[in-house]
Amino acid sequence: MNPNSEIYNLRVNGKTHEIRDSWVGESLLFVLRERLNLPGTKGACEQGECGSCTVIMDGQAVCSCLVMAATAIESEIQTVENLSDGDSLTDVQDAFVTEGGVQCGFCTPGLVVAIEHLLSQNPDPSEIEIKEAISGNICRCTGYGRIFEAVDKAVSVRKAKTA
Amino acid sequence: MVEINFNHRKPTDVIALRRVDELKSIQIDTEKSQITIGAGLPYQQMEHGEIALHLPALAQAARTVGSPQIRSAGTIGGNLGTCSPAGDALPVLSALDATVNLQSAEASRSVSVHDFMVGVKRNARLPGEIIVSTTLPIVSGWQGYAKVGVRNAMVISVASCCLVVDRINGTIAVALGAVGPTIIRCRETESWLASQVDLKTKTTISPNLLQEFGTRIANESKPIDDHRSTAAYRRHAVCVLARRLLTRANSQ
Repeated sequence: MNPNSEIYNLRVNGKTHEIRDSWVGESLLFVLRERLNLPGTKGACEQGECGSCTVIMDGQAVCSCLVMAATAIESEIQTVENLSDGDSLTDVQDAFVTEGGVQCGFCTPGLVVAIEHLLSQNPDPSEIEIKEAISGNICRCTGYGRIFEAVDKAVSVRKAKTA
Repeated sequence: MVEINFNHRKPTDVIALRRVDELKSIQIDTEKSQITIGAGLPYQQMEHGEIALHLPALAQAARTVGSPQIRSAGTIGGNLGTCSPAGDALPVLSALDATVNLQSAEASRSVSVHDFMVGVKRNARLPGEIIVSTTLPIVSGWQGYAKVGVRNAMVISVASCCLVVDRINGTIAVALGAVGPTIIRCRETESWLASQVDLKTKTTISPNLLQEFGTRIANESKPIDDHRSTAAYRRHAVCVLARRLLTRANSQ
């Protein structure tokens, strides 16, 4: 075993995972994708600009590329893989499909996580609050029009469900 | 973390401070009229609440940092540690004459932020020291922060300005970001303005005075041309930002 390797536990999607033989400088993004086989979280800019690696950590939306994985012990981490029960889409995911909020799709997991986080905090966001919530997620293909339409749809679907 | 992602650093040992709650505290001392903010408190928690109430300029600066994801990670300790002249909170710390509180295994010490910021990405932290917190005074009077970037979200500042009016003492403080090797305090303009108008009360600033204020501020800046902007534009930007903040200070 590498003398510089570390062993620690991470709580991801409700389960405890033992991370073995890792290097201490690995980002949470790297560990999720390469060690835990959770490739839904995307890596692109590696500097917090694109938002495609967004995960929920202790109730906050964070860029997993900016979190040193070994410092995330004792945190509850939720990735895009855990938003739905596996067989069906969440209302946000469904709205992205029906409103055409997906083109190349690379930014989509991060946007879906950011929007799920927004709606969990604020079920009836204003236009400016939506813009603010996804200001850290860059989509270069659809533009943002259809993404905003998808958020509006998810908001109304969720409201109808809880009404 | 970005430096590690880009292979600029290869640490073999890391001391993680993220879960040290003491570094995320907000201590309000009403007797001394000051607030001590833990170096690890995320910007997100400065946007509203007690800090926004007592240090509105800091709350405004916090809201301009990156994106929600960045604001849930970024801290004043990080801004001070990196000591980039474009660090969003740094002009606020400078305008408020903040104190940086440092701790090593042997000793603790407090340093004025003006002495702490030494140059571009250089500070006075000694090996073995960590930045524990920063102490800022609660000032009676208007204060604000403004920043220019190429868009609203996710930008590193092209130029920024913090203006603080102390109505009790009749003084003003103006600090500029991203227009010099480190944050610039415009002390000559500050004392010039105090000699021109009574800062203890809200006053009408004449257009000529406002113009000269902006020009003097721009003259105190030391911007450079780089990939983010030009020196000429930055000089213009701080002139406009400072005038705008002074106008707000006397209208609100």
